[in-house]
Amino acid sequence: MSQPFAKLPAWADYGLIPLVNLVVAFLVAGLVVLLVGENPIQAAGLMVKGAFGSGEGIGYTLYYATNFIFTGLCVAVAFHCGLFNIGGEGQAYLGGLGVSLACLAFGDFLPWWLTFPLAILGAALAGALWALIPAWLQARRGSHIVITTIMFNFIAASLMVYLLVGVLKPLASQAPETRVFGEGGQLPQLGWLLQMFGLQVRSAPLNVSFLLALASAFVVWVLIWRTRIGYEIRTMGFSPRAADYAGISQTRIIVITMMISGALAGMMALNPVMGAQHRMQLDFVSGAGFVGIAVALMGRSHPVGIVLAAILFGMLYQGGAEIAFDMPNISRDMIVIIQGLVILFAGALEHMFRPAIQRLFGRLSGSDLRATPIATGESH
Amino acid sequence: MDYYVTLVQLLDSTIRLSVPLLFACLAGLYSERAGIFDIGLEGKMLAGAFAAGTAAYLTGSAMVGLLAAVLVSVLLGLVHGFASITHRGNQIVSGVAINFIAAGTTVILGQAWFRQGGRTPSLPAGARFGALHLPGAEALRDVPVAGYLYSELISGHSILVYLAFLMVPFTWWVLQRTRFGLRLRAVGENPAAVDTAGISVTWLRYRAVICCGILCGLAGAYLAQAQGAGFVKDMTAGKGYIALAALIFAKWRPVPAMLACLLFGFLDALAIRMQGHPLPLIGEVPVQFMQALPYVLTVILLAGFIGKAIPPRAGGVPYVKER
Repeated sequence: MSQPFAKLPAWADYGLIPLVNLVVAFLVAGLVVLLVGENPIQAAGLMVKGAFGSGEGIGYTLYYATNFIFTGLCVAVAFHCGLFNIGGEGQAYLGGLGVSLACLAFGDFLPWWLTFPLAILGAALAGALWALIPAWLQARRGSHIVITTIMFNFIAASLMVYLLVGVLKPLASQAPETRVFGEGGQLPQLGWLLQMFGLQVRSAPLNVSFLLALASAFVVWVLIWRTRIGYEIRTMGFSPRAADYAGISQTRIIVITMMISGALAGMMALNPVMGAQHRMQLDFVSGAGFVGIAVALMGRSHPVGIVLAAILFGMLYQGGAEIAFDMPNISRDMIVIIQGLVILFAGALEHMFRPAIQRLFGRLSGSDLRATPIATGESH
Repeated sequence: MDYYVTLVQLLDSTIRLSVPLLFACLAGLYSERAGIFDIGLEGKMLAGAFAAGTAAYLTGSAMVGLLAAVLVSVLLGLVHGFASITHRGNQIVSGVAINFIAAGTTVILGQAWFRQGGRTPSLPAGARFGALHLPGAEALRDVPVAGYLYSELISGHSILVYLAFLMVPFTWWVLQRTRFGLRLRAVGENPAAVDTAGISVTWLRYRAVICCGILCGLAGAYLAQAQGAGFVKDMTAGKGYIALAALIFAKWRPVPAMLACLLFGFLDALAIRMQGHPLPLIGEVPVQFMQALPYVLTVILLAGFIGKAIPPRAGGVPYVKER
């Protein structure tokens, strides 16, 4: 395996390889579409049209993308520390509790721009606390964070059902959801932003939390690459032993990283709960926490990549809903398949095409690059 | 006598509920003892259940359903092997991917083929694994205590239930008393030593992954063909993860694995039975609490408050032959 490989230029490493992985994932997804007797190319066309063909479509695409930016960042921050946080789903669910409590308490008499920071605080705090226990258990008791966070997803689901059915539901109501928040618990829509470009958004629930998601992506970039704690997180992820020698406390870093990760997941709840439904409904996360895994892997844990990957998945989500009208055999569950395939090809099989591409580059760029042999297989 | 009947019925449903856990747990045991973490038990079980439901419905044969389940599950296992053994990818990521692929594909195909909201049509008796009545079960029913125990608890399960419990001593024997088992354990602890002895690490690990696939397929077939009568969307409902937890709790050993699965099965059975029955002193326990209990318990167990679990040493680490 110590074949001399050319070092790839950055655009190939961060652009070409994810693209190749993505294309393969879509080709396999196309096979599934064939299997249910529909035309994959037609399906792809319908999907793009549904997602970007109208102002409303774009609005929805960006609305879904908002969710995925938050959950993608959640997974990515943990990845940088070498942790795999599958608990985004549960942390986001709990985040909804934080948002709802803030909105129920203050939404009736404070304006939205005063409730918003409180809701952000509530969401982040609830998500962070839900991630704290698995983090502490991993750091101090050695229990595997993947298993504990999965368990916490199930526990969160039970807890929230209990709260929504029993505690938070208004007495007169049958549906397991909170009451509609007051005026101050509702985020302004961002329709005007798209209208500036002459697009009609109609009912698309795109709202201010989209801007918060973009801001969070920037903050995460600053945090990971421009602060001391970010440096420690990356050191820990790169080599726990090196971190140990450098005097970085494992417990401290694991707990801090997971709390940041959980807080980001929790903030995802702002978008559907405060931004779109203006109340908390049962199962409002509906898999966004898991989509975050695919988004983070595809975006290679970099905020820019995550925003792009999130928009792609937003497109799949919105387009998938549109396809279902024309092709009844395809439902939104198609996204789950694509998500799985992206995780497989961009995550577990990320090195499958790398040697071939490196060889190709080596051949194209001549011998000067070949002089530096790069050992594969040690990157993981 | 009333309490006795209740207890026996509770234990009876404990057995029924712990069988899929036991198959999946033993499946994970083969894989993880060989150094391949497998979080994809859930997905393999789910895909297996779907294949079982579909094939058994189309052919009307229980056996064909079972074989289809095993086949599909092994194929997914091979995908996991391809990613994590051949391409040395991250095993957890690969397992998660398989869970999503299974969850999505079963619903899409089920809806497209049968149009019943993601479920497969319900199976006739011939396409299922019905209850086996052990000799003398009817005659002994009226014998107090022991007879009732025999006819209710021991007899009257499907063949897959007996197979699951037979797999426990069999797995122990394979791991502890055969050459394959010794090598399997070695490759999970120190693959370099196995390699030095001239045995292929890759092939051994692939075989472990195939064993895992077969057992997950059996778990799926049990869900669709014995416990239920057909596939229902998302019918594994986290059982794969519970099985994984049971495996860790059992410290990767077959007999404790069975006990752990029985414990989780018992909790599940208790939760079902306690619905709507208020407890003395505490009052009615919310259903959601009982549903969450296995997961809470798992977290507590994993935190090492009840003994420390040490995984196989080479678990999760792709093997790189020395250059």
